[in-house]
Amino acid sequence: MENKSMSYEYDLNLKATELRLALPGSDEPDEKQSVTCVRSNKRASSEISEESKSSSSVTIAGNGDSDAPPPAKAQVVGWPPIRSYRKNCLQGNKNEGEGVGRFMKVSMDGAPYLRKIDLRVYNSYSELLNALENMFKLTIGAYSERVGYHGSDYTPTYEDKDGDWMLVGDVPWEMFISSCKRLRIMKGSEARGLGCSL
Amino acid sequence: MDSEWKRFRDSPNSEELTRRSSFPDEVLERVLSLLNSHKDRSSVSLVCKDWYNAERWSRTHVFIGNCYSVSPEIVARRFPNIRSVTLKGKPRFSDFNLVPENWGADIHAWLVVFVVKYPFLEELRLKRMVISDESLEFLSVSFPNFKSLSLLSCDGFSTNGLAAIATHCKNLTELDIQENGIDDRGGSWLSCFPESFTSLEVLNFANLASDVNFDVLERLVSRCKSLRVLKVNQSISLEQLQRLLAHAPQLTELGTGSFSQQLTSHQDEELKTAFSNCKNIHTLSGLWDVKAIYLPTLYPACANLTFLNLSYAALQGGELAKLLVHCPQLRRLWVLDTVEDKGLEAVGLNCPLLEELRVFPIDPYGEEIAHEVTEAGFIAVSNGCRRLHYVLYFCRQMTNAAVETVVRNCPNFTHFRLCIMIPGRPDYTTNEPMDEAFGAVVKTCTKLQRLSVSGLLTDLTFEYIGKYAKNLETLSVAFAGSSDWGMQCVLEGCPKLRKLEIRDCPFGNKALLSGLEKYESMRSLWMSACNLTLNGCRALAREMPRLNVEVMKEDGSDESHADKVYVYRTVAGPRRDAPPSVLTL
Repeated sequence: MENKSMSYEYDLNLKATELRLALPGSDEPDEKQSVTCVRSNKRASSEISEESKSSSSVTIAGNGDSDAPPPAKAQVVGWPPIRSYRKNCLQGNKNEGEGVGRFMKVSMDGAPYLRKIDLRVYNSYSELLNALENMFKLTIGAYSERVGYHGSDYTPTYEDKDGDWMLVGDVPWEMFISSCKRLRIMKGSEARGLGCSL
Repeated sequence: MDSEWKRFRDSPNSEELTRRSSFPDEVLERVLSLLNSHKDRSSVSLVCKDWYNAERWSRTHVFIGNCYSVSPEIVARRFPNIRSVTLKGKPRFSDFNLVPENWGADIHAWLVVFVVKYPFLEELRLKRMVISDESLEFLSVSFPNFKSLSLLSCDGFSTNGLAAIATHCKNLTELDIQENGIDDRGGSWLSCFPESFTSLEVLNFANLASDVNFDVLERLVSRCKSLRVLKVNQSISLEQLQRLLAHAPQLTELGTGSFSQQLTSHQDEELKTAFSNCKNIHTLSGLWDVKAIYLPTLYPACANLTFLNLSYAALQGGELAKLLVHCPQLRRLWVLDTVEDKGLEAVGLNCPLLEELRVFPIDPYGEEIAHEVTEAGFIAVSNGCRRLHYVLYFCRQMTNAAVETVVRNCPNFTHFRLCIMIPGRPDYTTNEPMDEAFGAVVKTCTKLQRLSVSGLLTDLTFEYIGKYAKNLETLSVAFAGSSDWGMQCVLEGCPKLRKLEIRDCPFGNKALLSGLEKYESMRSLWMSACNLTLNGCRALAREMPRLNVEVMKEDGSDESHADKVYVYRTVAGPRRDAPPSVLTL
């Protein structure tokens, strides 16, 4: 997946509100002194295309201009110039911590082949379950501590470090991603059996 | 050809000999077949008609730096005996998401011609091309002699395409899959190599994420006795690596898998033994998730190491220092900036033969700047590594004085790529532009072929470049310059310029049009987020019919504004496969 955190917004109104010494309506060439800011969106919203508007401008630090907003916060498409592949790899590397691998196998009962997902892309169970629902085109239903997942034929389970098959959702998210080795979406009666035994 | 040889043979008249080219064509072809460099071959083909013909008949490898500069039909007409093709497609800035997804550079049109004209094609090396699974399958079944496939920074395919290659290419010697936008659907493609298949010499799947079947890999490695390059992916553990090395001590290039498994002391010993049996390793890479305590297992294999790629291994400075002590022959080193200046000092101390250094940022967006290299590290390397001629350096701060020191220590730079990651950042100690830094580079490094500039730069930088960089072939510019004059200086001053790529600079139509004649001697020009208009581009297209002038529009931008412009010389005319968002003027 292309790293979508590269998108940004170009605020077209900024020039109009910018305080300048020139007469209104006079157009200045885009010089190094201009301090046009770019707000960065870490998650791409569906309205903002990845290469939206003009891909120019970024905070340009003027000479000794201490009022310039900190440039480090600005994110621009394609900058710094690092290949997407390398960027995506390094994002994973950044998170120190044991981890049992970045990509987890996900199997679904009855499916002809397995899939792989990167758990670090998600921040919560609901994001993960949404992704699984999209990937396998099914509904998983709501988690409940008492009966597990009811309201659907599918139950998400995972194998932990000890080799035991556990129900997804019982432990806090952080604990889950550090102990999960692989995922399996169980189907039908087998799934219900697991739910009942809890 | 044959008739001329007969004529020579039948009339050994010395006068006739001296009147025509001294060698009969067959001999000339034989001699020329020993020439490999395509630049040499281009020169040869310009000598005279006989030499042109002899050259074209004897050429077996063709290199095409821009797939749209020529058509496959033209290539096939000129070179009838090609066995190996290298093709580059998209502009380099496509690596950074600046080129629209469906821009082009699809290999299929070429394959369709090759299957007719070069049925004995053996090798295909692609960079920034689009290749679909269908094309890969077509390739695998249509060319019975196909031996070698290398894909770098390509996209459009999935692991299913690799499965087709593994299944059908009976004579495959090389499968090299690097940093591609691949749809990874799993590792089962590796299992598609038949059990009878033994010809593999190069296997690189380091950048594929999925697990492969280890038993299959182990059997493949053990039966391919000529395997010399093996680069596995992260899914391969240390224990598995040891087993692979035991089967292939003859390896010259190794890319390890993950370097972080918990090993027993016995396993540790076994791994060390395996490495010590590998006496021929000159290139080492991988080391994903490296845990420094396992690095000593590598030491026995490092005696002949010339290229160490640690750009996916987040090592600390001290850990790198310990490793480098064992690598006295190192010529090329790639690291992450987690090593910090301390690590670079160790480089300066331990690697006197170093010729190339690349330092990549682990955290390009600077959210938590825990690690970085500074100008101090750069100077430290230059102090100890006087043979340095290639540098790629990502940092957040730099000074003019530091760069001046670096090039004084190392005047032989051929490739100087400095990326100060904060756009428009001045010399942080003086707050001045970085003009003098790059001025020093071009004045001192007379052999400079490639330059990437960054930081706060005025037109002065480009005046320096135009005045001094007489061997410059590739120039990359971003967020720099003050006016059209800057770009004009470069276009007028650099006689060997071939590739110019510019983004976010205040260069407009006047600058663009000042290079009219120049562009025909260049491979390409890229300009995005500058001050170009459609009219300016139209004027260029009108004046220079042998250039393709492509304008990529973005949604919602000003009608007359030319957001992204790509200009390149071509003998194939305007291309017909451009998507609607790309206008060819």
